[in-house]
Amino acid sequence: MSDDGALPPDDVLAGRLRKGDESAFEQVLDAWSASMLRLARSFVSTDASAEEVVQETWLAVIRGIEGFEGRAALKTWVFRILVNTAKKRGMKESRTLPFGSLTFDDEGPTVDPSRFRPAGDPYPGHWLADRKPQRWSDPESAAERAEIGRVVAAALAELPDRNRIVITLRDLEGYSSDEVCELLDISHGNQRVILHRSRAAVRVKLEHYFDAERGIHRGL
Amino acid sequence: MDCDEFVELVTLFLDGALDAATEQRFVDHLSLCDGCDAYLDQFRRTIQTVGELPPESLSAPARDKLLSAFRSWQR
Repeated sequence: MSDDGALPPDDVLAGRLRKGDESAFEQVLDAWSASMLRLARSFVSTDASAEEVVQETWLAVIRGIEGFEGRAALKTWVFRILVNTAKKRGMKESRTLPFGSLTFDDEGPTVDPSRFRPAGDPYPGHWLADRKPQRWSDPESAAERAEIGRVVAAALAELPDRNRIVITLRDLEGYSSDEVCELLDISHGNQRVILHRSRAAVRVKLEHYFDAERGIHRGL
Repeated sequence: MDCDEFVELVTLFLDGALDAATEQRFVDHLSLCDGCDAYLDQFRRTIQTVGELPPESLSAPARDKLLSAFRSWQR
């Protein structure tokens, strides 16, 4: 999992939390709440509701830390409580997430088929010369990096909820495939299909951004 | 392997979840196809960029409330 470098190992951390070490609680609260908010937001209908889910989760963590047995990572344990709390809240708001089965939206190619040579061509299924992916430039400034961040944030916001949940857990929070399957109770196959489609959709938005940039640089 | 098959296997490849024979075909194709090499690179960049999104944060009142809940629970 990502960016927890500053936190002590789980057993130390859990020990401090049990002893009521407020600075330890402050550390995990600040390290994980942003991710938790983002994840909760995919299950419930408003920002306020997401914040309540995160609060409720932390209260459950405070009450339950005695019972944390260290079988899973502390962060995974906390996130499991979050997902359960968020799911319950989402159900109350009549938002259901059908993780179990794939739908029509999960089928079909993730790259526009018109970019490949058609059947009958000597090289069917290969990139057409003028529609091949072009190398992306590295961002040249902080402003450009921020712009790319906005493109990605917007792309995530447009994804169906469960796609956003899966890509958030895998690529933002750095959970493994096994962890995500366990957390969301979905099969490896479905998890990968959803993840691949989500990444491909975000890539398309980035490609549009970089294509437009190239156009600007060429003075088009 | 054709490019249109390659692009659908990228996530499986990155997860190390392709069977040995398919992985070999994937890598062989990669070594020959500039377009797919660029595609894989773009996919990696996409994943990396998602990972760099700036965090939101808990509102100050919510944070204070939780800190005081922690304090009083431990008493």
